Amino acid sequence: MPTKPAGTLYRGREGMWSWVGHRITGVVIFFFLLVHVLDTSLVRVSPEAYTAVIGAYKNPLMALGETGLVAAIVFHAFNGLRIIAVDFWKKGAKYQRQMLWTVLALWVVVMVGFSIRHLSLALGGH
Amino acid sequence: MSATQIQSPRSGGAKVGSNRIAPQYRRTGGSKGNFEMLAWLFMRLSGVVLVVLIFGHLTVNLLVGEGIHAIDFGFVAGKWADPFWQVWDLAMLWLAMLHGTNGVRTIINDYAEKDATRLWLKIVLYAATTVIIILGTMVIFTFDPCPVVNGVQLPGGFCPSP
Repeated sequence: MPTKPAGTLYRGREGMWSWVGHRITGVVIFFFLLVHVLDTSLVRVSPEAYTAVIGAYKNPLMALGETGLVAAIVFHAFNGLRIIAVDFWKKGAKYQRQMLWTVLALWVVVMVGFSIRHLSLALGGH
Repeated sequence: MSATQIQSPRSGGAKVGSNRIAPQYRRTGGSKGNFEMLAWLFMRLSGVVLVVLIFGHLTVNLLVGEGIHAIDFGFVAGKWADPFWQVWDLAMLWLAMLHGTNGVRTIINDYAEKDATRLWLKIVLYAATTVIIILGTMVIFTFDPCPVVNGVQLPGGFCPSP
C-alpha cells in the first residue's frame, strides 16, 4: 500500500494552505485597493461628492465588510513576514509550521482587538 | 538508485537554464534576465514597508478618536496639509499598487495557460495599474482643501473663514 508523502514546504498541510490563503487575501486586497484609490480621488471632484461616497463606508453592513478586509490584510501581512523568514532566515524552512501557528495566533489577537474597537465605533451611538 | 529530483516551478533563472522549469510551467523563452529575481526581492522589501505603512494608516484612520465617523473631506484635507502624510500616502499608493500588480501578474502566469489569454489579462492589469497610480499621485499633489468654482466656494470645503 503506497504511503502518502509527508508533504513538502509548499505541498500539503500548513505550507500549502497558507500559500492558498496568501493568494486569496492578496487578490481581495488588490481589488479593494483599486476601488479605494477611486473613492479617495473624489476629493478632487468636490467635498460633497467625497463625503457622500465615504458615507457609504459608514453603514453597519460595511462595518462588517471592513472588518473582513482588515482580517485579510492582517493575515497577508503576518504571513508575508513569515514568508520572508522562510526565505531569509537560516532555520525559516524548518520552523515554517510553528511560524504559521504563530501567525494565526497573532492574527486572532489583533483581530479580536480591532473588531471590538472598530465595531463599537462603527455600530455604536452616533 | 538516484535521489528523486523535485522540480521547483519558479526557481529556474535564465542563467541557470530554463530546463530547471518543467515544460508545462515554462511561460517564456527564458530571456528575461534577472527580472523575476528582482520582482521576488521587491515583493519582500515592499512587503515589510507596507506592513508599517498600512498598519499606521489603519490605526490613524479607524482606531484613533472617533474612528471611521471622523473621516470626511475635512479629515483628508487635514492630513494632506502635512507633507508627512502626503509622502506616507504616496509611498503606500506606489508600493501597494506595484506589490499587488506583481502578485496578480504571478497569478495570471500560474493559471492562464494560453499565450493570448495571459497577454490580454496582463494588458488589462497593467492598464488599470497605470491609471490608478497616475490618478492617485495627481490627487495627492493637486489636492485643494478649499475648492472654488467660478469664484464660489464649494460647500463642505476646508476653507479658512473670510
